[in-house]
Amino acid sequence: MLPPVQTQSLVARLIREDWGRILSSLVASTGDFALAEDSLQDAVVSALEVWSKDGAPRNPDAWLITVARRKALDRIRRSQVADRKSSELALWLEQHHSDPEDREMTIPDHRLELIFTCCHPALEEKSRVALTLRALGGLSTEEIANAFLDKPAAMAARLTRAKHKLGAAGVAFKLPDPQDIAERTDTVLSVVYLIFTEGCHATNGEMMRENLVQEAIRLGRILTSLLPDHAEAKGLLALMLLSDSRRLTRRGDSGEFVPLEAQNRARWDQARISEGVALTEAALRHAPAGRYGLQAAISAVHAQAKSFKETDWPQIVALYDVLYGRFPNPILRINQALALSYANSPEAGLRLLASVEGEGKLASYQPFHACRADLLARLGRHLEAAESYRAAIALSRAPEEASFLETRLSALRLN
Amino acid sequence: MQFMCLIYNAEDNGPQPGTEEFGPYMQGYMDFTEEVREAGKLLGGEALQSVSTATTVSVRGGKTEVVDGPFAETKEQLGGFYILDCKDLDEALAYAAKIPDAAYGRVEVRPVMIFD
Repeated sequence: MLPPVQTQSLVARLIREDWGRILSSLVASTGDFALAEDSLQDAVVSALEVWSKDGAPRNPDAWLITVARRKALDRIRRSQVADRKSSELALWLEQHHSDPEDREMTIPDHRLELIFTCCHPALEEKSRVALTLRALGGLSTEEIANAFLDKPAAMAARLTRAKHKLGAAGVAFKLPDPQDIAERTDTVLSVVYLIFTEGCHATNGEMMRENLVQEAIRLGRILTSLLPDHAEAKGLLALMLLSDSRRLTRRGDSGEFVPLEAQNRARWDQARISEGVALTEAALRHAPAGRYGLQAAISAVHAQAKSFKETDWPQIVALYDVLYGRFPNPILRINQALALSYANSPEAGLRLLASVEGEGKLASYQPFHACRADLLARLGRHLEAAESYRAAIALSRAPEEASFLETRLSALRLN
Repeated sequence: MQFMCLIYNAEDNGPQPGTEEFGPYMQGYMDFTEEVREAGKLLGGEALQSVSTATTVSVRGGKTEVVDGPFAETKEQLGGFYILDCKDLDEALAYAAKIPDAAYGRVEVRPVMIFD
């Protein structure tokens, strides 16, 4: 018999690690996302009761699946919906009734189908993100709501709507058809990347939002294991790992923003870097390089530089050129201008910035002004730099961004 | 599963009768209808007369009220529909994307409710 605390931590660990696999197997057998999730939730409640009384079973995953199937059957019977689909399902569940102590049961892994279903384009983007975190990551509705600064009730309603749509709109629980697979995989990757960037925007103390970064990396690992031949899945994981290797040095002791040039490189996470670099190389072996692979390559150049000065800036400029050539987004030119200012000269950087000045919404994009300010300051054009710093400060959303720029502004000689 | 593809477009948008593009556009509809028929997907489908022919009826308190015009005055109007028998939403969306007006207006795909 397990003491209650131990049961709770065992169940918590199962939910963290195996929720997606167990849920995917249940959805595959019931064909009903909402029913599978509700039944698994019921099974978890039973586990907390039964395991602390009788001890944990030998194969807890199989126990949860078996009990969840029984709960699904109960739910179908209770709901008294007597349509053909439900009676067929009830019959199937009765026939697949097994002993929860059965150790031999193997759990088929349908997580890939689950990811593609959660990221179906018929769902709103935010719902895709929420559903992926819930179904694959095992996060609770409250945790997801906190991460997106939403009310739990609103997030619960969103998840319910999304699951209802999956069931009612005819979204099949399957891998995409061959003609759709490339596009659908891109959607899955963009959902994971969105979770990652959401976590990166967390300001100090927003613990749950910061956890999103680790959650995205975990999802990235699941994706690379499920799609071992997909270069961009590797590229995305590499990009996230390399960026995360600098997590601890991005902020100073009092939470202030620390730019790349002032970061203590000795504290960069070398394990993350070597894993990220290896994945980047693997991702770039397949031509043409994708957007995540190329961004990972840029991040890898930074990660491997001994100091800011010794960064291979020409290489970074060249990588941005390839990236821009494939995905012409004026925002890319901002970081490229900064790289060019070191590879060549601040004037060259300014010229590149000027070439995209009127494009998109750059006029109201903080990094555009912050970059311009930095280049002007380095050229000694302090009055113009001050103007750009002020524009950037006005557009800053996080207070630590603004205060970093304030410090830069106050260092200028303005008379 | 049965899916209804509702074809919405503004009447003055897309190829107009009497223009060079109109022939290929209509041929596109004939080809599409033939394709779904051949594939055994076609359960039904019609084009509707212009929205200027629409009359809307409602009954309130036992009184029937008839109004000239469509259900809602929107720029894009329902112009026609198909009902297709598809294995899932993905297949229905793939067919819907081939409906000629998908390139000018929009096609809404909705599962048909089956009572059994």
